Amino acid sequence: MTTATTAQDSHHRSKATTELQHAAIRFAGDSGDGMQLAGTQFTNTSAVFGNDVSTLPDFPAEIRAPAGTLAGVSGFQINFSSHPIHTPGDQVDALIAMNPAALRTNIKDLIDGGILIVNTDEFTATNLKLAKFDQNPLESGELKPYRVYKVPITKHTLEAVVPAGLGSKESARCRNFYALGLVFWLFDRPLDTTLNWIHSKFGKVPAVAEANTLALKAGYNFGETAELFPVRYKVNRARLAPGRYRNLTGNQALAIGLITAARKAGKALFYGSYPITPASDILHELSANKNFDVRTFQAEDEIAAICATIGAAYAGAISVTGTSGPGVALKQEAIGLAVMTELPLVIVNVQRGGPSTGLPTKTEQADLWQAILGRNGECPVPVIAAQSPADCFHAAIEAVRIAVRFMTPVILLTDGYLANGSEPWRIMASGEIAPIEVRHAQEAADFQPYRRDELGARPWAIPGTPGLEHRIGGLEKQDVTGNVNYEPENHQRMVNLRAEKVANVATQIPEQEVFGDESGELLLVSWGGTYGSVRTACERMREAGHSVSHMHLRWLNPMPGNVEQLLRRFRRVLVCELNMGQLQFMLQGRFCIPCVGLHKVQGRPFIVGEIVSRIEELLGGR
Amino acid sequence: MSQVKTLTVKDFKSDQEVRWCPGCGDYAILNQMQKVFAELGLSRENTVFVSGIGCSSRFPYYMSTYGVHGIHGRAPAIATGVKIANPGLNVWVITGDGDGLSIGGNHLLHTIRRNVNLKIILFNNRIYGLTKGQYSPTSEFGKKTKSTPFGSIDYPMHPISVAIGAEVTFVARCVDVDVKYQQYVLKRAAEHQGTAFVEIYQDCNVYNHEAFDYASDRQVRDDHVLYLEHGKPMIFGKERNKGIRLNGTHPEVVELGSGITADDLLIHDERAPEPTLAYLLSRMRHPEFPEPMGVYRAIQLPTYENLLVDQIAAVSQKLGPRSLDDLFNEGDTWVVD
Repeated sequence: MTTATTAQDSHHRSKATTELQHAAIRFAGDSGDGMQLAGTQFTNTSAVFGNDVSTLPDFPAEIRAPAGTLAGVSGFQINFSSHPIHTPGDQVDALIAMNPAALRTNIKDLIDGGILIVNTDEFTATNLKLAKFDQNPLESGELKPYRVYKVPITKHTLEAVVPAGLGSKESARCRNFYALGLVFWLFDRPLDTTLNWIHSKFGKVPAVAEANTLALKAGYNFGETAELFPVRYKVNRARLAPGRYRNLTGNQALAIGLITAARKAGKALFYGSYPITPASDILHELSANKNFDVRTFQAEDEIAAICATIGAAYAGAISVTGTSGPGVALKQEAIGLAVMTELPLVIVNVQRGGPSTGLPTKTEQADLWQAILGRNGECPVPVIAAQSPADCFHAAIEAVRIAVRFMTPVILLTDGYLANGSEPWRIMASGEIAPIEVRHAQEAADFQPYRRDELGARPWAIPGTPGLEHRIGGLEKQDVTGNVNYEPENHQRMVNLRAEKVANVATQIPEQEVFGDESGELLLVSWGGTYGSVRTACERMREAGHSVSHMHLRWLNPMPGNVEQLLRRFRRVLVCELNMGQLQFMLQGRFCIPCVGLHKVQGRPFIVGEIVSRIEELLGGR
Repeated sequence: MSQVKTLTVKDFKSDQEVRWCPGCGDYAILNQMQKVFAELGLSRENTVFVSGIGCSSRFPYYMSTYGVHGIHGRAPAIATGVKIANPGLNVWVITGDGDGLSIGGNHLLHTIRRNVNLKIILFNNRIYGLTKGQYSPTSEFGKKTKSTPFGSIDYPMHPISVAIGAEVTFVARCVDVDVKYQQYVLKRAAEHQGTAFVEIYQDCNVYNHEAFDYASDRQVRDDHVLYLEHGKPMIFGKERNKGIRLNGTHPEVVELGSGITADDLLIHDERAPEPTLAYLLSRMRHPEFPEPMGVYRAIQLPTYENLLVDQIAAVSQKLGPRSLDDLFNEGDTWVVD
């Protein structure tokens, strides 16, 4: 919480307002406390207000773990600012803890001197015991480093919503809106965005709409009137690039990107998927947009989902399947079929912690090897990774474009952090996005299903076209004719041709860029969702005068042609990734350039501080 | 699609050499399929054959239509994608007892349940042929094969019972060498709107020869099979002197005469809304019973792809014309100057 100006008295307000450049806050409570909703509302309000925002939802895999337990704590962190930011923040300036368990699991991330709002009603003997507190932390003095505000949130909520006439259980459920209202007051946010949302969401159940509205306003008014808070805070609008904005999560952005790609190709969008955390929201988003000729297919399993996608690609649709790591493991044989049949499809992997079922709701980047290497045989597939929530929009379009141009499956990697996190997206005009050219073979004379163009792509001949009837499948193909063929020389040739085709993707993607100097002491290398934290760390080191640059890879396979040359311009290379060194291994293996790594697999994104520490350690240790 | 000239059987043969073992029952099925396509006046360009893995799954290579030779067990899923992307296509799935009922059992069930308008032809030879002779999900209990030298301890699965359990809208059975009857069954399948599931008893003359001799040998078959006719009493036998009567909830074989007439017999009803009768028929096994051939069940239910297309049309009408820009600007937005 960087203070820009000192406290000032406002003319029309009774309390002082302190202006901040940015603030990070976290709502934390039971999985049933509605913390994701409160966080989302705070985010949307801040975004609509004009701040730059970055969010980190963090929730357990269990839908409703036993109430009050440590396992059941759900949190939502928002960083909002008056200048561009790339991360949700390492620590939070304010924590709203709805029960003792939420306090226990989140207090370590609150800065010293930070604001702690607790719902005292939930600090009962039972809840304290569930949260493994021997004594009440509100009385023990252990919260001394923080500015603690004790508010009986449940009691106040129950009193406030009486006029709505709900039962006590339903009334108590409004306490997240009370907490939200209080935090809105504390950070001087307008209520309209949330009031509008309540109206549109609960309009059909007037009592619930009224109760939530009453709770929200009661929380806000409590901040205003109670003698508890000596000061409120203000974070001004950010100077973002001019334009119209909306706030998007990665999964929303990805879905909109896929619809856009299909429209730009003038085609139906087929999306075959089996529900899996954290990818399911893509399926939800797409199935709500069927009017764009989106044909969603909730398959019986992961394998059926990709096989139907392959069938749809053969029949001429823009075809996509989405899943997470365990689902990709199941799909690998079918990805091989798509490589062999050379059909255009996109496989989205919203990565999560593994192996096996692993950490379903937590983020990780440990599927890079699975994406690039994870199949039987010599089986190259282009792999692209999105770098931020809103970037999922662009990455989706790019993946489709390459799939169609090269007649190949393309793997698009995002992760749980990008999928559920959000940021403002400058709304593009659809005209700014280039069309995706689709050329279906039409000419029957001398048609050969495996005759290649200058980039190595075979023709896309779809059923319904007279004279182009042909059979494809997973058996090795004869060059040009596509007939089944087991000859030794032909297999070698086909393996080479498939590899060359994928290598040629490098000719159609931008050259690799480096942030900072093009040569120097240390190059940070990252890919995917770690962009924000690595870039922020790089900025900090450069501001402090260090020779540190940043290379963020978007295409992992193939990599842009100038990557090796760039790597060689730096004395040292530090590869930062949320796995145990998968990209580092690939860079070293491919280019024989020694790299050091920063690895983390804790189900959480990097915090900037840990990257900075590693850099300082490296620079200091030379 | 306009089809100027009528296609002949030859027009449905591809230029690829057929590589099944000499004497394999698959040849008979391929020939009848080509004949049926010619006789029904179906087009090549609007047809897609999809298969999985196994001897039968080489079938698409030998048809001059579009075709996908997929991966093991997944043909129904691939075919579903083809049909969703282009509901106008005529899509056939060729599978076997291993491909369709073992590794691909899940897809078979769910494709049938959705009533996707696919024709699924399952070649049942009760053995794994391509992998050289292991028992399959339809192999009889106790069967000795390479992987069960002391006899199989797996209870077999009955394809038609399984299909009925998944609420199939059309299900039929025939035998590979009974070519005329096979043509009839394939034509009925082709004409059905919805998932049509056909089990064909197919002889693997290398690894499981004469497994279905009782049903295919002209000398004995009439006493071992029951040809189903809608609305007709269930009479069978070389002399047409035997029938199926219901005793309580159990079928029984009775001899006609001595007080028993056709009026006492079960009447076949392929259009019965409930699949009870079809299921009962599917449980009739050799040698206790004649095994029913023909159409067990043929009911009408909206197809998956039609429901999908209708839903898209309805949603589009309800929401009115929406552009990409409308989509981009949905929800809360704000302007930065």
